[in-house]
Amino acid sequence: MTRQLDFQQTFLRNRRTHISMAHGGGGQLTDDLVQSVFLPRFGNEALNDLLDSAVVPLNGASRMAMTIDGYVVQPLKFPGGDIGRLAVSGTVNDLAVTGARPQAIALGLILAEGLDQDVLEDVMDSIAATTAEAGVQVVTGDTKVVGRNQADGMYITTAGIGTFVRKSRLHPDRIEPGDVIIVNGPIADHGLAVMLAREMPQVKSALRSDVAPLNNMIQRLLAAVPDISFMRDPTRGGIAGLCADLAARTGWHIRLDETRIPIRPETHHAAEMLGLDPLDVANEGKVVIVARASDADNVLNALRNEPLAADAQIIGQVEQPADGLCELVTKMGGRRVIHKPYGEQLPRIC
Amino acid sequence: MTGQAIDSRESLSRLNDAARRLQREVRYMEVCGTHTVNAFRSGLHSLMPPNVTLLSGPGCPVCVTSQGDIDQLIELSLQSGVIMCTYGDMIRVTGQRGSLEEARALGADVRIVYSALDAVRLAAAEPRRQVIFAGVGFETTAPATAVAILEADRLALMNFTVFVSHKLIIPAMQALLKSEVNIDGFVCPGHVSVVIGSDAFRPIVEQYWLSCVITGFEGPQIAAALARLCELTLSGQAALENLYPQAVTSTGNQHAWKLIEQVFTPANVHWRGLSELPGSGLEIRGRYARFNARVRYELAAADNREPPGCRCGEVITGRCTPADCKLFGTVCTPIQPIGPCMVSSEGTCQAWFKYRPRNRAQSPTPIRSAV
Amino acid sequence: MCLAVPAQLIKRDSDTAVADLHGNRVEISLALVPEAQLGDWVLVHAGFAIQKLQGDDLSETWAVLEDLRSAEEGAS
Repeated sequence: MTRQLDFQQTFLRNRRTHISMAHGGGGQLTDDLVQSVFLPRFGNEALNDLLDSAVVPLNGASRMAMTIDGYVVQPLKFPGGDIGRLAVSGTVNDLAVTGARPQAIALGLILAEGLDQDVLEDVMDSIAATTAEAGVQVVTGDTKVVGRNQADGMYITTAGIGTFVRKSRLHPDRIEPGDVIIVNGPIADHGLAVMLAREMPQVKSALRSDVAPLNNMIQRLLAAVPDISFMRDPTRGGIAGLCADLAARTGWHIRLDETRIPIRPETHHAAEMLGLDPLDVANEGKVVIVARASDADNVLNALRNEPLAADAQIIGQVEQPADGLCELVTKMGGRRVIHKPYGEQLPRIC
Repeated sequence: MTGQAIDSRESLSRLNDAARRLQREVRYMEVCGTHTVNAFRSGLHSLMPPNVTLLSGPGCPVCVTSQGDIDQLIELSLQSGVIMCTYGDMIRVTGQRGSLEEARALGADVRIVYSALDAVRLAAAEPRRQVIFAGVGFETTAPATAVAILEADRLALMNFTVFVSHKLIIPAMQALLKSEVNIDGFVCPGHVSVVIGSDAFRPIVEQYWLSCVITGFEGPQIAAALARLCELTLSGQAALENLYPQAVTSTGNQHAWKLIEQVFTPANVHWRGLSELPGSGLEIRGRYARFNARVRYELAAADNREPPGCRCGEVITGRCTPADCKLFGTVCTPIQPIGPCMVSSEGTCQAWFKYRPRNRAQSPTPIRSAV
Repeated sequence: MCLAVPAQLIKRDSDTAVADLHGNRVEISLALVPEAQLGDWVLVHAGFAIQKLQGDDLSETWAVLEDLRSAEEGAS
C-alpha cells in the first residue's frame, strides 16, 4: 500500500511543474495561471473584473479603457492576414467590445536576429493599413533584437487605450434571462486557417482568417442600439469558451442552438478533417453580443448593413435556471453541455 | 445535410419504438472513439430511450496504449538527436513520467504529423537526426504505417524507425466477451471495417450469438445502428448488418490488409485495462527490423503498472461508468488526467466530463450504473 | 477511433493525388487504393485514401434501412 501511495505521489509530483504550450491556449490552464499566479500578486479593482480591457477611472468622472496583448502566431503570414493585422485588430477589438473608442496603440517588437528586413517591412505595412482601417494611430513603440535561436522570427505586443463617449457600461453583470446571444458571422475561420497553415501546409484551403478591426462596426451598432448588455470577442477558446465563461460568471443558463450557428462549409469540413470542434476554435473578426430580446431585431438590422456582419445570427439565449451551465441544442435535437476548452487545440487523426 | 433533421427523427422514432417494444433494459457497446465522441457531441445520449444504454468499449487507440509504451516513447523522445513524430492524439497522454507534451517542454523535439509519410519525408530531409514515428491505432491506421516503413526501405533510410503500438479490434472484442462483460450487441466501427471488411465480425455473431451492426459516424447513423440492434434483440436474432455500405465491403480493403501482412506479424500485446491479449497487436517482421525502434534502441519489456485508483480498464470494458470512479472529476480531469480515458478527446471519461452536465440534480441524461 | 472524411480526387499522379474536401485540398497517398481514378470519392484517413466510396454519404444508410425494413415487412 505504501508503495502504491509513493507511486501515486511521484506520479502527481512529476506532473505540471513546467509551463506547457497548453498554458498559453486561452483555456482552463490559462485561467489557472491567472487565478493562481497573477491575481494573488496584482489583484485590484480594474484587474479583477477580467474583461477584455481594463476600465481605469481617471480624475473626476471620466474613464479610460486599457489593454495589452502579445502575438506569437506562426506562420507570420497566413491566409487572410498576418501577425501585423492580427496585432492591431486584437487590441482594437478588445477595446471596442467594452464600448470604448480606440485612440492610440503602442507597438512593441521583438525581432530575431536574421529576420529578413522585407518580412519586417511587409508586417509594418500591414500594421499601417490596419490602423488606417480602424482609425487609430501607433503613437509609441519599442524594438528589441534577440539571438537567432531565442525567438521565432518576430513577436509583437500591442497595448491600446480607448475613451468612452457613452455613459452606459457593457458588463456581464447586466446580463439577464431572456437576453439573446448574437454573433456577427461565420465562426472558426481564423483558428482553422492558421492551424492549417502551420500544421498542414500541404493543405490548400479556401479558408481565410476573419481577422479584422471591428471598432467602427461596434461604434455604429452602439449608436443604433445603446442598451446592449455585453460584448466580447470569441478569440482563443472560441464560442465555447466565451459562452461557458459567461454562464459560469453570470450564474444563468445559456442555451445555444447548433442549427443557427453560422459556419462556412469549408470551415466545417476542415474542422472535421482535423477532428476539432468549431465551437472551440479561435475567431479574430467576430463579436458575441448579448442584448435584450426586445432589441434583437434592432441589433440584427444594424449589423446586417455592415460588411463584417452580413451573416449575423441569433445563436442562443440566456435562460433560467440559474445553473451556470452552457448547453447546446444539437442538430439532432439532443442536448450537451459546452465547456471551456482546456488548452491549445491539437489536430487528431484517431 | 439538409435532410439530416428528418433522417434523425426517423431513426430516433424507430429506436424509441423498438426500445418500447423490448420492455427490458438492453446494453450495446461501441468500440470506436469517434462513435464515443459523436454520440455525445450530437446529443444522442440525451435522446436515448431510458432502457437502452450505449457503452464505450476499447475503441480509442490512445486509451488502450499501455502506460509502458507511453513511458518508452517519452524516454526515446528525450534522447539527443531524436525527432519524435506523433499524431496529435498522443501528445497529452500520460505515462508514469508525464507526457510527450511535457517532454517537449523539457527540450524534446516532438512534432505532430498528419500522415506517417510526413515522418518519412522529415527523415529524408534531416539525415543527421534520428526520426522516430509513434505508430498507434487500429487496423484503419496500421496500413499507413506499413506504407511508411516500405517507403523508408525504398529510400534506404538509416535514420527512420517506428515505435509500433498498433492494435487489432477483433481479438479485443473476443477477450471482452470471454470476461464478465454483459452486453446485447455491438455497434461496429465503420472505418476499421473499411479495412477488415464486415465478414471479420462474423465469428462474434456466430460464436457469441451477438448482433454486430456496422455504421458510420454521424449521430443519426449511430442512432440507426442502435435502432437496428433493438429490432434484432426484439426478434431474438443475432445478425451481422452493414449500415455503411458506401465504404464497407464484406472483404474490406484487401490491398491494405496485404500491406499489413507484408510488414507486420500478429503479436501478443498489452492493452490498458485488458492486460495482455493473444494476437491482439502487431509487430514489425524481422525483415524490416532495422525500422523497429524497439530493436534499434534495445528497449526492454515495458513496465505496465497503472496508476492506483484508476478504473480506466473497467470503463473500457463496460464494467463501470466514469462516474463510478473516485478519481473521475476530482483528481482526474482533462487538465490533470490520470487515466488515458481522460486524456484523449475521444476517451470515454473526457467525453463524459465534457458533454454531460455535472453538479446538477435534474440531469437531462440520467446517469445509470452500468453494472 | 479513426477519423476519416470523404473527399474527391481532383488530381492524380502515380501514387499520390490531390483530394478536395469541400474547398480544402489535401495531398494524399493512394498507396492503399491504387485503383482510384480522377473524380472518384474516397475516404481519407491520416493522409491516405483508405477506400473508394460507393454512392453518397448519409443517404445510403437510409436506403439500407429501408431495404431491411421492407425485407422484414415482406417476411412477416
